[in-house]
Amino acid sequence: MVTAIAPETTYQKVYERPRILIEVHTHYCPGCTHGVAHRLIAEVLEEMGLRERTIGVASVGCSVFAYNYFDVDFVEAPHGRAPAMATGIKRMLPDRIVFTYQGDGDLASIGMGEIIHTAARGENITVIFINNANYGMTGGQMAPTTIPGQRTTTTPNGRDVRRSGFPIRMAEMLATLEGPSYVARRSLHDPKNIRLAKKAIRMAFEAQARGLGFSFVELLSTCPTNWGLSPIEAMQWVEEMMLPIFPLGEFKVAPELKGLRV
Amino acid sequence: MARELLKGNEAMAEAAIRAGVEAYFGYPITPQTELLEYMARRMPELGRVFVQAESEIAAINMVYGAACTGARVMTSSSGPGISLMMEGLSYIAGTEVPCVIIDVMRGGPGLGNIAPSQGDYNQIVRGGGHGDYRVITLAPATVQEAIDLTVLAFDLAEKYRTIAVVLTDGSIGQMMEPAELPPMREIPRTRPEWAVTGAQGRPRRVLTSIYLDPYEEEKTNRRLLERWRQIQANEVRYREYYLDDAEIIVVGFGIAGRVALSAVRAARAEGIRAGLLRPITLSPFPYGVIEALCRQAQAFLVVEMNAGQMLDDVMLAVARRAPVVFYGRMGGVVPFPDEILEEIRRIARQPPSLEGDPREAWFQRLSLVR
Ligand SMILES: Cc1ncc(C[n+]2csc(CCOP(=O)(O)OP(=O)(O)O)c2C)c(N)n1
Ligand code: SF4
Ligand SMILES: [Mg+2]
Repeated sequence: MVTAIAPETTYQKVYERPRILIEVHTHYCPGCTHGVAHRLIAEVLEEMGLRERTIGVASVGCSVFAYNYFDVDFVEAPHGRAPAMATGIKRMLPDRIVFTYQGDGDLASIGMGEIIHTAARGENITVIFINNANYGMTGGQMAPTTIPGQRTTTTPNGRDVRRSGFPIRMAEMLATLEGPSYVARRSLHDPKNIRLAKKAIRMAFEAQARGLGFSFVELLSTCPTNWGLSPIEAMQWVEEMMLPIFPLGEFKVAPELKGLRV
Repeated sequence: MARELLKGNEAMAEAAIRAGVEAYFGYPITPQTELLEYMARRMPELGRVFVQAESEIAAINMVYGAACTGARVMTSSSGPGISLMMEGLSYIAGTEVPCVIIDVMRGGPGLGNIAPSQGDYNQIVRGGGHGDYRVITLAPATVQEAIDLTVLAFDLAEKYRTIAVVLTDGSIGQMMEPAELPPMREIPRTRPEWAVTGAQGRPRRVLTSIYLDPYEEEKTNRRLLERWRQIQANEVRYREYYLDDAEIIVVGFGIAGRVALSAVRAARAEGIRAGLLRPITLSPFPYGVIEALCRQAQAFLVVEMNAGQMLDDVMLAVARRAPVVFYGRMGGVVPFPDEILEEIRRIARQPPSLEGDPREAWFQRLSLVR
């Protein structure tokens, strides 16, 4: 049965695409949370009115083409070097907002030196770190964040810690340094956590806008394609397998940020 | 400005500052460290950017990022550090942003030593990083030239949106000579129309080196090549000494060319018609000049502090129209003028033939040298 809508009914838009997110199809797989992370960043930049002041630094990984999706100036860094490039940009343009967007292979393996030192310098940039427990783009190899026992194409029998070592907890590690003003880990596996993730991203950009120094948000993310799971199973896998190893929370919050309501 | 006694490394640093360098990113390595240290003091004094990076990999990527904002930027290093920068250099070339690199060569391969060498000619002139690109390479033989070529490097890099390398060695870096610095230039306020600065009141800009579609990448390769052809046509630079009536033509760059000049003068005093061609741009290489000299040359003598790297370029230009003889010292050994004079005398006594491989013949003679 069709119900006629009274002509006097007015509608209020409660949810729309942030204008910073360019209206194109992304190249991400179905169920991949790279897209969710993009949207959250775009919303935060828009809410803070930063479109004309922001410069993004894309990295090497599935998000190498992140610049196709954000209507802001962008550069594309060599594998792992985004924090160094961002340093160069920020030092030249200290009043702009500079952020990197990096995967776990990019940031925690080949780019470990750059991220640690950029954090230690307290470089006033924001880093969004996508932890999906593998190298997505190259077809699902072991990453430094691959969990013990996890099967990848280079740990076909599951990550054996005696041969391949243990996962690295980037957020906790960076939080030990003096340089960072804000360090958090959040997850993108359900709506409640997505809301918390957005808050963390907002806090990170607020920290930068206030000149407080390096800010870092690690986001537990899905890679259904390489995990060999359906999108829904992948969300469950984050919850069941990743959360015990990568606990969520804020690991460092500069005093100036405490009590900030975002 | 008055001439002052200046150390090579510091002179290049101050020259860069006067040319308007806005940011320097570097890492310590002998024999270029004075350059880094000089910048550490001077740049903050002038309100400009100095960062000691955690590695040469980070340094070159800071240069890359800063260059993307359209600023005048540079780094400096020596062999082992330059090797680490090759990744970044390839990306910078692929993104078509300008920057200046000062490479103060030392003995190698490996950790080698800290003595002056020219062993990294191929690494710089032939590319070094992956992919199809060329860099402008300038080779000074005196502290004054090191100053002048540093300034020129910035102008050429910006004019052609390319990498310009001042390729020098530990002896120029470390020596003190009277030289004159240029006046201080203003830093331009405007940024080029490709620079990434935040999309204020304009559509966004993207700087990248990735072109997944081979046809798009080929377009980029063609653009780079087209630019290189212009550089080849307009920017070849060299110095000639006693070439008018020269029959024995010595070719040497940088400090080896300078030592060779003493040998050429001594040979002239003995009545030998020797002359010197000292390429200033190793890339673009003065092929045409050498080709033209073939008409008068009885023989070419190439002198380098390596196992014959520029030699290949000279042979390419000579194309068997005249005999080519090679004399090289390696490992950080600087030849004495007498050694080169002896080679010139030998050629004058017994003109070499077109036959044979000059590197092989040199290698045989080298076994006699201690
Ligand atoms: C120097 C270098 N080594 C290797 C590669 C190949 N490569 C491309 S993407 C990638 C892994 C990226 O994984 P990650 O950072 O975890 O991003 P994801 O795709 O999972 O989002 C690798 C190794 C490269 N591009 N450059
Ligand atoms: S391979 Fe994995 S990380 Fe990459 S787009 Fe697909 S699901 Fe996302
Ligand atoms: Mg990954």
